[in-house]
Amino acid sequence: MSVSPAPASPSPVAALPVPRRVAAFRTEGFPMLPIAILVTLALLAIFAELIAPHNPEIGSLGQRFKPPAWIAGGSTQHLLGTDHIGRDVMSRLIFGARVSMMVGFMAVIIAGVLGSALGILSGYLGGWVDQVIMRLTDTWLALPALTFAIFLAAIVGPSEWNIVIILGAVYWTRYARVIRGEVLSLKERDFVRLAIVAGCSKWTIMRRHLLPNVANTAIVLATLMLGVVIVSEAALSFLGVGVPPPKPAWGLMLADGKKGLMAGYWWLTVFPGVCIVLMVLAANLLGDWLRVKLDPQLRQL
Amino acid sequence: MRRFVLRRVAYAAVSLFLLSVTIFLFVRVTGDPTVLLVEPGASKADLDALRHELGLDRSLAVQYGTFVRDLVRGDFGRSFYYRTPVLELYISRLPNSLMLAVAAMAFSLLIGIPSGIMAAVRVGGWWDRAGKIFALLGLSMPSFWVGLLLILFFSVYLGWLPSSGSGTPLHVIMPAFALGWYFAAAHMRLARSSMLEVLGSEYVKLARLKGLSEARVIAKHAFKNALIPVLTLAGINLVLMVNVAVVVETVFAWPGIGRLLYEGIAFRDFPVVQATVILGGSMIVVVNLVIDLLYAVIDPRIRYER
Repeated sequence: MSVSPAPASPSPVAALPVPRRVAAFRTEGFPMLPIAILVTLALLAIFAELIAPHNPEIGSLGQRFKPPAWIAGGSTQHLLGTDHIGRDVMSRLIFGARVSMMVGFMAVIIAGVLGSALGILSGYLGGWVDQVIMRLTDTWLALPALTFAIFLAAIVGPSEWNIVIILGAVYWTRYARVIRGEVLSLKERDFVRLAIVAGCSKWTIMRRHLLPNVANTAIVLATLMLGVVIVSEAALSFLGVGVPPPKPAWGLMLADGKKGLMAGYWWLTVFPGVCIVLMVLAANLLGDWLRVKLDPQLRQL
Repeated sequence: MRRFVLRRVAYAAVSLFLLSVTIFLFVRVTGDPTVLLVEPGASKADLDALRHELGLDRSLAVQYGTFVRDLVRGDFGRSFYYRTPVLELYISRLPNSLMLAVAAMAFSLLIGIPSGIMAAVRVGGWWDRAGKIFALLGLSMPSFWVGLLLILFFSVYLGWLPSSGSGTPLHVIMPAFALGWYFAAAHMRLARSSMLEVLGSEYVKLARLKGLSEARVIAKHAFKNALIPVLTLAGINLVLMVNVAVVVETVFAWPGIGRLLYEGIAFRDFPVVQATVILGGSMIVVVNLVIDLLYAVIDPRIRYER
């Protein structure tokens, strides 16, 4: 929709002097659970080689479809069972955390940098630059994001980095919209006018005066986008246009798990999905909390 | 008002133009479709002949010109793969997509509205807290995983529902649930906040002061007004559902538009991909335009905005 957001006033937290800003983080409701989940997943991702009991990409066909250890037929060799070519599910889940983390964070950063830059340019320069960027944003928004991503993935072929670039290229629009709206109101404020009078170039104003003021909003949006991006990556991998096999990605594991679904090999479907949900849930909870803390303007979003 | 309408219509037209160029260009860098269409080991002459037949040997500008001219006439070209007009293919799949979307929407509203209203009426109570958890889960669980879990439970263990395909009303239950799950959570959130706003309004206070029973206040005065934003969102979401169902359609082998697009990409069937994405995008552009205009009619402040 083309209804611009209401003029934003600077958030109270951002206006506080630095020490009190830190104190604001210590108030009640600190999101221990999501932080714990994300830190655990990050540690698993970083130290996957040390933690994972087996090679995630090589299995033995003699060990196909072994159930988790606590079920008859399972063994402590493979705590969470094995898949259709005998690969250890737990090892694949651990290495899968690396894929999800990498794709999630990189895509969010690319989308954030691109969208924030375009949003600032569009909002501050106005005129034809604004028109071009906003019409482009409208067009992008008219394409259903996931469909567009599938479409682009089919063009460039499956690879981890392609997915990062595609998701970045698809999801920048939200940043551009929101940040443009914020810049529109910021540029009418005295500190920007004073900077103009003091002879700052447009570039300096955008970099030194506007960018720091929209950073909070960009961070909140990034956290909220993390969940969306991770689900999108899983969906693309599930459809076979994301991370290529035999790489252990959670979405890919779900696609493989579908082969054993009708035979009742539930662990191949349940565990990767639980991992995705945990990570997305953690990102959403953290995003909600940050939104309230950092940027009251975004509460209605 | 007239200027506002003209401006918004012009924006929508520019969006549609950019959309058609974007899709047209992107689709042509996906690779050569003829390679996938011929038998393996076909001669270069055969390939050239096929390229000529499909019009792929002409310049891009000419191809785009032809594409737009046909588009304006309502001709989306012929599928390279099926060799039938794309519009026919699209229309043959549309009822399936609509049926799935309507079923998913009905489900999401049946869950979302009552639970959202109850959460608002007893705000802070156990129902409200359970609702919050449900909404968080709904927004965090990918639809295709929900679909897989449903298959596991209802098809594999219980054997009650068919795991894939279409044809009977039973086939639509699980795909609709999987697709509607996310939207149920979104509708619940909105129903709750909208109801809370209405319950704090002056006319609800008046209704209470008149001595009406709480049930009557909620049912007669608050409920209907709280419903307006939810139904607006539902209208937008219905269009969205038709266009985001591709993953759910893949899980359940549901023959809708999402599958058509997916197959089109796999076979490099340019006309199919172009038509599906353009028609989907156009639906969204038009819906957004209508909503913008409706808002302007309701709220005059928007009209004078820059």
